[in-house]
Amino acid sequence: MEIIMSILAGILFTTGIYNLLQKQLLRIIIGTGLISHGAHLFILTMGKLKTGLPPILEHGDTNPDHYTDPLPQALILTSIVISFGVTSLLLVLAYRASKENETDNMDLLRGNEND
Amino acid sequence: MLFAVFFPLLLACLIPFLSRYKHKVHTGFFVLLAPLSIFLYFVSFIGHDFEPVMKSYPWIPSLDITLNFHLDGLSLLFVLLISGIGALVTFYSIYYLHKSERLGHFYVYLLLFMAAMFGVVLSDNVFVLYTFWELTSISSFLLIGYWNHRERSRYGALKSMLITVFGGLSLLGAFLLLTVITKTTSIHEMIQQADLILSSDYLPLIMTFIFLGAFTKSAQFPFHIWLPDAMEAPTPVSAYLHSATMVKAGIFLIARFSPIFSTNEWFFIIVSGIGIITLCWGSYMAVRQTDLKGILAFSTISQLGMIMAMLGFGTEAAIFGAVFHILNHATFKGSLFMIAGIVDHETGTRDIRKLGGLMTLMPISATLAFFGTFSMAGVPLPFLNGFYSKEVFFESTLELNNTSLAFAEILRTAIPYLAVFGSIFTFVYSMYLVFGTFRGEKHLDQLPKKPHEAPIGMLIAPSILILGVIIIGLFPNLVNESFLAHTASAILGEAYHPHEIKFWHGFITPLKMSLVVVGVGTVLFIFRKKWSGVYQAIPGRLSMNKVYDTIVNGTKTVSARITNSYMNGSLRRYMALILAAIIVVSLGTMYLTDGFTIELHPDTLADIKLPEILVAATMAIAAITTIFTRNRIAAILILGVVGYGLSILFVIYRAPDLALTQLVVETITVGLFLLCFYHLPNLRPRTESIGFKSVNLIISIGFGLLMTLIAISAHSSKWYSTIADYFIHTSHDLGGGDNVVNVILVDMRGLDTLFEITVLGIAALGIYGLIKLRAKKGAE
Repeated sequence: MEIIMSILAGILFTTGIYNLLQKQLLRIIIGTGLISHGAHLFILTMGKLKTGLPPILEHGDTNPDHYTDPLPQALILTSIVISFGVTSLLLVLAYRASKENETDNMDLLRGNEND
Repeated sequence: MLFAVFFPLLLACLIPFLSRYKHKVHTGFFVLLAPLSIFLYFVSFIGHDFEPVMKSYPWIPSLDITLNFHLDGLSLLFVLLISGIGALVTFYSIYYLHKSERLGHFYVYLLLFMAAMFGVVLSDNVFVLYTFWELTSISSFLLIGYWNHRERSRYGALKSMLITVFGGLSLLGAFLLLTVITKTTSIHEMIQQADLILSSDYLPLIMTFIFLGAFTKSAQFPFHIWLPDAMEAPTPVSAYLHSATMVKAGIFLIARFSPIFSTNEWFFIIVSGIGIITLCWGSYMAVRQTDLKGILAFSTISQLGMIMAMLGFGTEAAIFGAVFHILNHATFKGSLFMIAGIVDHETGTRDIRKLGGLMTLMPISATLAFFGTFSMAGVPLPFLNGFYSKEVFFESTLELNNTSLAFAEILRTAIPYLAVFGSIFTFVYSMYLVFGTFRGEKHLDQLPKKPHEAPIGMLIAPSILILGVIIIGLFPNLVNESFLAHTASAILGEAYHPHEIKFWHGFITPLKMSLVVVGVGTVLFIFRKKWSGVYQAIPGRLSMNKVYDTIVNGTKTVSARITNSYMNGSLRRYMALILAAIIVVSLGTMYLTDGFTIELHPDTLADIKLPEILVAATMAIAAITTIFTRNRIAAILILGVVGYGLSILFVIYRAPDLALTQLVVETITVGLFLLCFYHLPNLRPRTESIGFKSVNLIISIGFGLLMTLIAISAHSSKWYSTIADYFIHTSHDLGGGDNVVNVILVDMRGLDTLFEITVLGIAALGIYGLIKLRAKKGAE
């Protein structure tokens, strides 16, 4: 299963990067969204995908073999929140940038020679 | 001796305060204090019973860098030159520079230079020597660019800086190598280990670096090109730095290290070869110049070449000739520069084509110039010091040791002829200089000012120098045994037994050579106009300046072109470059370290189940569709599909908290996208070229492949067991909670959470700022 998930993460990265390399702002943000999904899946896969119990202790049972690995989940949770913050900031930035400059074409957003 | 080096620096700190009173007292009078007192202090060392003195002051003991000041015969000669001519130049500059100039700047730079020069010649520690060496380059740069409103000054200053600092850095390389080999930073200890250095594998490198340092500083061919351009400096600076002191720093360096290297044959070949080429080229080119200071600059180059050549010969007579000529050159060249400055000051031009017939108008200057130039030309008269050193030079060219290398043999045979050739041209430009300026027709109407004799104060300094020329000329043995002999033995590394210098040795070969020089020189001088067409052929359009300009400008254009080729302002381009670099480096590393080992054991992998495959397939298809859709709502919703798919995977893989958060975050994100999309322009149909698409495709597929490969190969090598056991064991007892993920987030790794909250807070503030704050129109 890990192989399939690795391939899926690879596909998410591929599409994300492809979108990132486009010229339109909206596509770039979609690309970053895809890349962060890919990264989360990557972290999850790097832990073990064995389907034990969710990491919530029941009846004082502390045998690790019964549960899934809690650490990658904690890391992904942190990462989800951070990428959410960054994505929303990017979106608003894109909105303001295209309003101010009246274009969303990245090739036209270059600044001046001496800026 | 610490006093000698640091007194000028100390005084330099006071100059800005003293120069406030420059309208009452010329700042130069305060400055005079430093060189004069130092000169008087060091004069007391001269004598038959001179013994080297060594003083040591700690500076950076842990790096073995101490302020070691070593006063031996060689240092003594230079210290006296620097302080003596320094005093005269300061005195001259008092009358040369008007009070309306920025005197404070001028004297601060000059004192800085003086201190640096004392440091160079007195240091025994290589790194201290290097420090002062660079300080001379910097202060010389400041002095050449003193009139910084002139474009030529700035060009000359930059040129000298680039060339001398290039040499200075090579010198540092040589010093580092020497220190590594000998495990000492002291020069006299290095000299004791000369055999070790000579047998080292690094010897060619060390010698190259030292030669580069010395030849750039002393304006040897082909690094001589900065010196003529340095003539844009005020004349006192030219007289001081570019004839008597700084340009001799390279000579000093070669002399200082010659006890180590002089037994090596390449030392003879390179130092003598370059020296003699510089002698010929400098004197040949000097005849072509029309600017008085230009002639003197090329003359300095040529005389330095002569001294360098004698140092290369390495025989007793040659070394003595070299130190004798260092002294003589400093006296007559310093005075000639001052006279050129006087002529410039009184007539308003230095162009020799406009000058002429000044002898009756400026009799004193003319007399001084006659003595100076005749001494420079080496005319055989018993009251000119230039003749003695020139004769020693001719003599030393004739008695070179036999060498084993065939190339050195050719050089050895050619040197006497080249020496005569160079000296003939020296004679020609010397005569041209003095007769062109002071004899011939008067062109008073062409001169910007009406010429008259200079004020007496200006004439004092050159008169003293010319007096030196005559005194040494009349009584050459005065400086011989008590002074120059010590210098020569310091260079030879063994005791030098002085011979009496006599004007008349009998009708021997050196005298015949001198007579040939005078005879042929006179003929060439008289018919100068007839043969000056030869300069059209050689050098013609060839010049080292062109090479320099090409290198400097070429570096600029090429680097601008390189930078523009990848810094084109397009973020997409940068992104592509960064990603391509990541792919290449990572794949390369994996390939080199054999990171592709894929060993999959079925028992370490989870079972493949249908629901997960279905979800995965849906996500894959959705992700690929984002590329092809042209509808922005569709794109946003498809992105949502990927996110929700991921949360279903979280459910399947037993991560309830993740699934919850992912669902909520995805919903809000999609909501945000939908809020924004209305304001964003619609997705345009793709019009990009195939090349653009295929590059993107290659990069993105490469990156995806890389990540997949990393993931799979990481699975193949699990070296350590997870620390999850610890979290599960202790979550209840230590953390007081049963939800292990939450206990990790707020208890075991609570700092992560704190800063993740900070990130969200900053993002919220940023969004608020982006929407609310507006720069007012026209506020920029």
